[in-house]
Amino acid sequence: MAVPAAGFLIAVGAISGGGAADQASRIGPVIGFLAAILVLAHLCDDDGLFRACGRWMARGSAGRPRRLLALVFVIASVTTAVLSLDATVVLLTPVVFATAARLDLRARPHVYACTHLANSASLLLPVSNLTNLLAFAASGLAFPRFAALMALPWLAAIGVEYAVFGRFFAADLGVGAADPEREQDLSEGVPVFTIIVVAVTLAGFVATSAAGVSPAWAAFGGAAVLAARGLARRRVGPVDLVRAADPPFLLFVLGLAIVVAAVVGNGLGSALRPLLPTGASLPALLAIAALAAVLANVANNLPAVLVLAPLAAPSGAGAVLAVLIGVNIGPNLTYTGSLATLLWRRSLRSHGSAPDLGEFTRLGLLTVPAGLVVAVLALWAALHVS
Amino acid sequence: MTGSDTTARSVYIWVSEGSWRASVDAALSLAPAAAAFTLLHVTSDAAPDAAHGAYLGLFGRGRHDPGVSLERLAAAAAGELLDASARRLGRPCERLEIRGHTERAVVAASADADLLIMARDGDRSRLGPKSLGKAARFVVDHAACPVLLVWPEPPPAVSTLPPPPPADRLREEPRRHGA
Repeated sequence: MAVPAAGFLIAVGAISGGGAADQASRIGPVIGFLAAILVLAHLCDDDGLFRACGRWMARGSAGRPRRLLALVFVIASVTTAVLSLDATVVLLTPVVFATAARLDLRARPHVYACTHLANSASLLLPVSNLTNLLAFAASGLAFPRFAALMALPWLAAIGVEYAVFGRFFAADLGVGAADPEREQDLSEGVPVFTIIVVAVTLAGFVATSAAGVSPAWAAFGGAAVLAARGLARRRVGPVDLVRAADPPFLLFVLGLAIVVAAVVGNGLGSALRPLLPTGASLPALLAIAALAAVLANVANNLPAVLVLAPLAAPSGAGAVLAVLIGVNIGPNLTYTGSLATLLWRRSLRSHGSAPDLGEFTRLGLLTVPAGLVVAVLALWAALHVS
Repeated sequence: MTGSDTTARSVYIWVSEGSWRASVDAALSLAPAAAAFTLLHVTSDAAPDAAHGAYLGLFGRGRHDPGVSLERLAAAAAGELLDASARRLGRPCERLEIRGHTERAVVAASADADLLIMARDGDRSRLGPKSLGKAARFVVDHAACPVLLVWPEPPPAVSTLPPPPPADRLREEPRRHGA
């Protein structure tokens, strides 16, 4: 949908062909990076990494719901940070549900933890969220520096979620003990090779940055190693790899970036610029994050970051990171991450009863404003310490 | 529930994660052995809905909707829970698996029952209203049939009762002294 729209805007002259090409050449590497991470996460799943996580959580929790929640927080936060929020939503959530069900525990708090952490725990690394990748270049930061500045906000946002979840789901977390009749088989092994490749890829992000090379190459390397092994063992086919990279979505991001550039160039930029505070004072950072969260909820966080990151860039890296805090944590306020998607979903709804939006929204109201404030405070502190 | 009545009483046993054993055990020890038992489980859509929503938030990326996997997993887990409950009950029984809003589904399904057996689903560290979670509270408040409410594990001591409000305490004081 975004690709024909981009073509239309170029045709009517809303953005010049050169401007569109310029935007495409800037977005191209980001899209390559995204594709590599998507493939890497998919191959980790094929190698049984997430099933191993499920067994580890089951064993570690000893059937106690609060302990399981803590382990889900650890696994979902690390998965989101390293393999992106897509991996948490699509690959980890079903494993977490199955783990809770096997332990005879109520799955709801743990599943909600996955969906919330997919957003709020996606602050740490440029690869954790597509929004981060899109703003990474605008921030002017190297990969390790980005992670160093976002480590404290990441922990702070996760801490707020954990505190709220413990109280919000107190009743669900009070029920249950391990059921010996339905204990699972724990014999399947741990995919050690896959874990090593992911760890080396992470180290590669730092090493490539230090060498002045794009960290996307580290992601390509990691994905290539796992892909070669999967192909050699005939566990995956070339078609699977292409499908995992999700070419239609990559094209969509490209189209969206051109559409947003056209809209920003034709008035939205000058309309928003006065609203966006300048500087990196604490009040400015808070206001930037709040504005970003609102925009993410009204539209979606991808267009929001495409619009706001370039506007925030002149105020420095701190302002760009505040935008990311807003667009990453903000989507937890609404069921689908944005009102636009919610309306679209409503119009498409064909089966079943309407979801209980009240509960999603109450949980969002408890976590999002507090998470934004605490994460921005942590960012501000990180900017001043280092 | 006992007596000389020869028609089989219908006893509904609401089983849910973590507390189904207590409900089944209560049926075994307290309901007439000849009753017509129905094991009732409700699968809530909340978890699959959360996954659907998160997937939609991805703006269409990812190859499959995890909400669909969760619906499948939830149905399988419900079947296993009903199997385990039936094994523990060890008597002929009907199984009723419903998908929807838990509390409303339980009230509707048990409307014509002679007895509904259910377990507390809230904070069970002390006696008090919080030991009923949202679903059990709704069912206790709205049930159209007699309800047997059990503790999933041995109940907390009576000493966990909250102290009476000050006004009641004053009223009780003279009586205690007079006795």
